[in-house]
Amino acid sequence: MTDSSRTITGAETSPVGTDPADTLVEIDDLRVHFPIKRGIVLDRTVGHVYAVDGVSLRVGRGETYGLVGESGCGKSTLGKAVLRLERPTGGSIRFDGTDMARMSGEPLRRMRRRMQMVFQDTLSSLDPRQSVESLLVEGMRAHGLDRDGKSTERELRELLSSVGLPASALRKYPHEFSGGQRQRIGIARALAVRPDLVVADEPVSALDVSVQAQVLNLLEDLQEEFGLTYLVIAHDLAVVRHVARRIGVMYLGGLVEESDSDVLYEQPLHPYTRALLSAVPVPEPEVEDQRERILLSGDLPSPAAPPTGCRFHTRCPWRQPTRCDSERPELRDVGGGHRVACHYAEEIRDGIITPNSVEGNSSAGVS
Amino acid sequence: MALLEVRDLSVRFVRKSEPTVSAVDGVSFDVHPGSTVGLVGESGCGKSVTSLAIMGLLPGRGTEVTGSVNLEGSELLRLSRREFDRRRGKDLGMVFQDPLTSLNPVVPIGLQISEVIERHRGLSRRDASREAAKLLERVGIPDPDRRLKEYSHQLSGGMRQRALIAMALACEPRLLIADEPTTALDVTIQAQILTLLKELVAETGTALIMITHDLGVVAGMCDEVNVLYAGRIVERAQRHELFSQPRHPYTAGLMASVPRLDSPRGQRLAPIEGSVADNIPWEGGCAFSPRCGNALAVCRERAPELETVEQGRLLRCHNPIGAAEMERAHD
Repeated sequence: MTDSSRTITGAETSPVGTDPADTLVEIDDLRVHFPIKRGIVLDRTVGHVYAVDGVSLRVGRGETYGLVGESGCGKSTLGKAVLRLERPTGGSIRFDGTDMARMSGEPLRRMRRRMQMVFQDTLSSLDPRQSVESLLVEGMRAHGLDRDGKSTERELRELLSSVGLPASALRKYPHEFSGGQRQRIGIARALAVRPDLVVADEPVSALDVSVQAQVLNLLEDLQEEFGLTYLVIAHDLAVVRHVARRIGVMYLGGLVEESDSDVLYEQPLHPYTRALLSAVPVPEPEVEDQRERILLSGDLPSPAAPPTGCRFHTRCPWRQPTRCDSERPELRDVGGGHRVACHYAEEIRDGIITPNSVEGNSSAGVS
Repeated sequence: MALLEVRDLSVRFVRKSEPTVSAVDGVSFDVHPGSTVGLVGESGCGKSVTSLAIMGLLPGRGTEVTGSVNLEGSELLRLSRREFDRRRGKDLGMVFQDPLTSLNPVVPIGLQISEVIERHRGLSRRDASREAAKLLERVGIPDPDRRLKEYSHQLSGGMRQRALIAMALACEPRLLIADEPTTALDVTIQAQILTLLKELVAETGTALIMITHDLGVVAGMCDEVNVLYAGRIVERAQRHELFSQPRHPYTAGLMASVPRLDSPRGQRLAPIEGSVADNIPWEGGCAFSPRCGNALAVCRERAPELETVEQGRLLRCHNPIGAAEMERAHD
């Protein structure tokens, strides 16, 4: 990697975000709110679930962007909104310069060829009554890529071999494969329409550990082969750190920190990121014995009634008496493209503010 | 003297018109009071079936359980159903992976916990309920009196798992089995639960059998680790020894295939090729040999035995990792 950056000078290896032509996806102040309805005759809206609430980020062409967060943080909704599988309540999603948020009908359908999804659950995301061939051809046919039988056949064989499956798989059905092989079929299906962007929502979390590595390596190889851009959504920080160049950390509908993956690991600035990193078990007893966990009290508050001010202040060990509970922090650049949404990020980093002792009851009673 | 002695435990599922499936095949291990023993492996390796067999929770029909499970001198496999009901919950507790399906959705949490106390400790309902509140507080559930009246759907995932742990601990069992207790939980909640389990073991002297696929959890929790593959133990060692020098190619493969938080980005993972076969093919040689980079001709002819290779380490392999290195040095 270091070699190539030395020999090739220019846009290809420059940090993303500097050149607008290099941006494939640009999300600005995206909001996805789901109404909570009550009543049978009178369909009243009694509130909203603020699944995604003001997220801005950009994904560079050919880059892998990792989105991490715990369940209920809105990361999957964000992924779906990027593909327009979820209609945004507000904000914009620009895909290769075109605003997708207000697109509909035929132009949207045609646009979708360029963006595909890989799902978590391989068994429920593949139709059990369709053969692998029919699964793969379906998308190609819908987008007019299936012109004549011979070339399609050849293309399918090539596709299967690039995801590491034998050509004989074409005649088989999803249940005849193991979980890892099924995920390969899911990936092949996404690639069949030659997309630019692949959104992978928890692509390996349903797989066995030894098979996870196979699929992660495969995703890497395919990116190189086809020049793909990935948006990888996962709860497993280790997986995201392994595949992604940039990582965004989400908490309760908002991005709390975003940075280069190495920087994020070396120096996490947001208290939530710190807690998250300290909670991930590392398969090495020496590390496990020595490390200090930042234990968060309580659970995630309900996204239907997010806390005022900083959304994390109810669980934050570094909570301060002012600003935290009244003013929502903006995601701001603290240098080198490292963005963090915390009023006191610098003070925490420099050790001026130290964590308060965690009280069990003060915040855990959120229901 | 070990608290629990499992000897040559085998579980076979016998079905009409279908070949018998051997899920656990001759597993032996000891658990000492106050210690944590890990059973690690991927899906289908038999780790959960082992725990169900110890707890006497396998269905009677269609299963053949052989071997011996000895808890403080009494043979659990020979207990009648009724006798087992008296021991289960009292001497042995279990925490399952999915707290939502393990709790009864139509009975309040409090009643589910106090039921155990009433039954095994003979307390009145009133006292049992008071005891249940204490237990909830013990496992870190705030406002326990209110929570006692709530149903499982009103609790969050982490809270449910705490309630389940409270239930398993209600009678201070000497042995606690935790089957993937944190797999369904988020990492920050996982950290809370693991810390809680560790504290409980340290304070009460309960022995813990930790069943998991997550090597990170094992590294932080277990004293002794058993790695299972296709129904048999392939390697056993103390955790420091196991992680610093895995000898079985499968153990080493598992470790190399997990992306680590503290390893540099761009470092390629070394996966184990192929996947676990459904049937257990130990008869025709080592079950791991088709996926093994170290496999020799003998591996496909004769299944290796579990042997003590050094102090505290057992290994089931014809060509373990250290041996290959020595040979390479020799060449």
